[in-house]
Amino acid sequence: MATASIGARRHRRGHAGLLFILPSGLIILVFVIYPIVQSLWMSLHDWSMFQVTHPFVGLANYAGLLHDPRFWNALLNTIVFTVATVPLQIAIGLLLALKLVRSSWWTIFLRSVFFFPVISSFATMAIVWRFLLSADVGPTAAWLRSAGIAPIDALHTPSLALPAVILVGLWKNIGFTMVILLAALQDVPESLKEAAVLDGANPWRRFLNVTLPSIRHALLFASIIAVIVSLQVFDQVYVMTRGGPLFRTETLVTYMYEQGFTEYRSGYAAAIAWVLFLIIMAISVVQLRFFRYRDVD
Amino acid sequence: MSTESVPFYLRSEQRPLNRVLRWIATALIVVFAAFVAFPFVWMLLTSFKTQQQIFAEPGNLLPPAITLDAYFRIWSELPFARLFLNSIIFTGGATALSVFFDSLSAYALSRLDFPGKTLAFYLVLATLMVPYQITLIPLFQTVFDLHWLNTYQGLIVPRATSAFGIFMLRQFFITVPRDLDAAARMDGAGEFRIYWSIMLPLARPALATLGVFLFMNNWNDFLWPLVITSSTEMRTLPAGLALFSGQFVIEHAVLMAGATLSLLPLAVAFLFAQRYFVQGIATTGIK
Repeated sequence: MATASIGARRHRRGHAGLLFILPSGLIILVFVIYPIVQSLWMSLHDWSMFQVTHPFVGLANYAGLLHDPRFWNALLNTIVFTVATVPLQIAIGLLLALKLVRSSWWTIFLRSVFFFPVISSFATMAIVWRFLLSADVGPTAAWLRSAGIAPIDALHTPSLALPAVILVGLWKNIGFTMVILLAALQDVPESLKEAAVLDGANPWRRFLNVTLPSIRHALLFASIIAVIVSLQVFDQVYVMTRGGPLFRTETLVTYMYEQGFTEYRSGYAAAIAWVLFLIIMAISVVQLRFFRYRDVD
Repeated sequence: MSTESVPFYLRSEQRPLNRVLRWIATALIVVFAAFVAFPFVWMLLTSFKTQQQIFAEPGNLLPPAITLDAYFRIWSELPFARLFLNSIIFTGGATALSVFFDSLSAYALSRLDFPGKTLAFYLVLATLMVPYQITLIPLFQTVFDLHWLNTYQGLIVPRATSAFGIFMLRQFFITVPRDLDAAARMDGAGEFRIYWSIMLPLARPALATLGVFLFMNNWNDFLWPLVITSSTEMRTLPAGLALFSGQFVIEHAVLMAGATLSLLPLAVAFLFAQRYFVQGIATTGIK
């Protein structure tokens, strides 16, 4: 009698479990997992969005990328963007976090200022930045002119467009790194710091031997996220330059977007997305390894 | 142990050079804060100007007289009400559904036994690792095949659950003591009752963190609405403003008023619920 009722209850719970995951499960199957598989499938075909037949081409799309100068250009721009952004983002974010770690009305206010770009719409703020970086309208151009300097239209100057995009990327994301590192710094045990002080360690040694090892995991996390976000750079490029001038700011995702939604070359665009995924995975693995080795020291 | 009468660290902080360095650091931080805040300040001040003032005195930050002209004109010069409405429907719908569906799944994954549970959990984890650009092109095809392009359901349904949300809430639910729901179960409460009247109230902080995080991501999302909508009537604020700013001759003040208004909901929410923003960001950062 008792076992029967437990069995019935267990059955009821099993039934309930499936009902509970049904909405999310359906959505994830149809709109996440199926597209992931289909994306891989598309990348192996000569797939145009509005055509009926999609001949199988094997790895031809990936081979095509190897011979596509625009792909290499986009990859190079993306790497330059990432290499320029991530170390600066981590370094400045860390400096801000160290300086603002003690809570007072003043540091809380400054934290909010640095964090505000993180919560604002990047596409919308890129419109504002377009004015600030412009040579004819906007205040910076006017100030430069009154100082006797001819303003340069950074976003339309091939050599300056990518640095401008990097600057705006940093402006947006430094607050994110700062918040992650602040949380970690606030968790550094006071006893450790006090012990180091008693041992006569100067501030620099205390930072190197106490603080830095204690926030190592947060640094790893922040740098992995920073790399992932940088490699996927899209919004500000699309709004500020559309990949121009002369493809100098074209990135992997803007190129993928153009191939997929302007040229309707779905197979080719999917191949770009998978290359991006492989690069992200590879770099994340290397970062994890790098920090693990440090762990052994 | 130091044998000096004054500890080393105190001495070092009393040195005049260190005090100067500290002042320089503070000054640098203030300058940097001004740089970070400047785009917002300029946007806000410009929105209070007239077109003539913007062109006559581009270097003047402060408007000679505050005019709300741009805030009145934006509704007629842009389909701004429609963009705003679309943003609210998309963000509100996707966020509310996602928090609800994610919490249902998280409850099942943390409390119930069902066939395929482990597989379901690993699938959720696996999808967390795949950048969403990979799914974008087939998703467009799927939404097109469903005849959902330029519709609210096309925008909302694919965003009505989030693997991150499921994962985050599950991690929270497994920390809730089982005694609470075990007692209710003994009293014959159904699973939905337990979920609804025991689990959800306990999970309020986690739900708020997830809600704020999803709201922010959806409100600010650019690429997704850009791909799924093409008609002006269906654009959301970021995509709509960005495209209008490029395609049409719009007065700068009007554009800046639009940018200001579109930032306002998040700014107000940030003012009152900063903690949830920070928590949401600190736990993920991944879209």
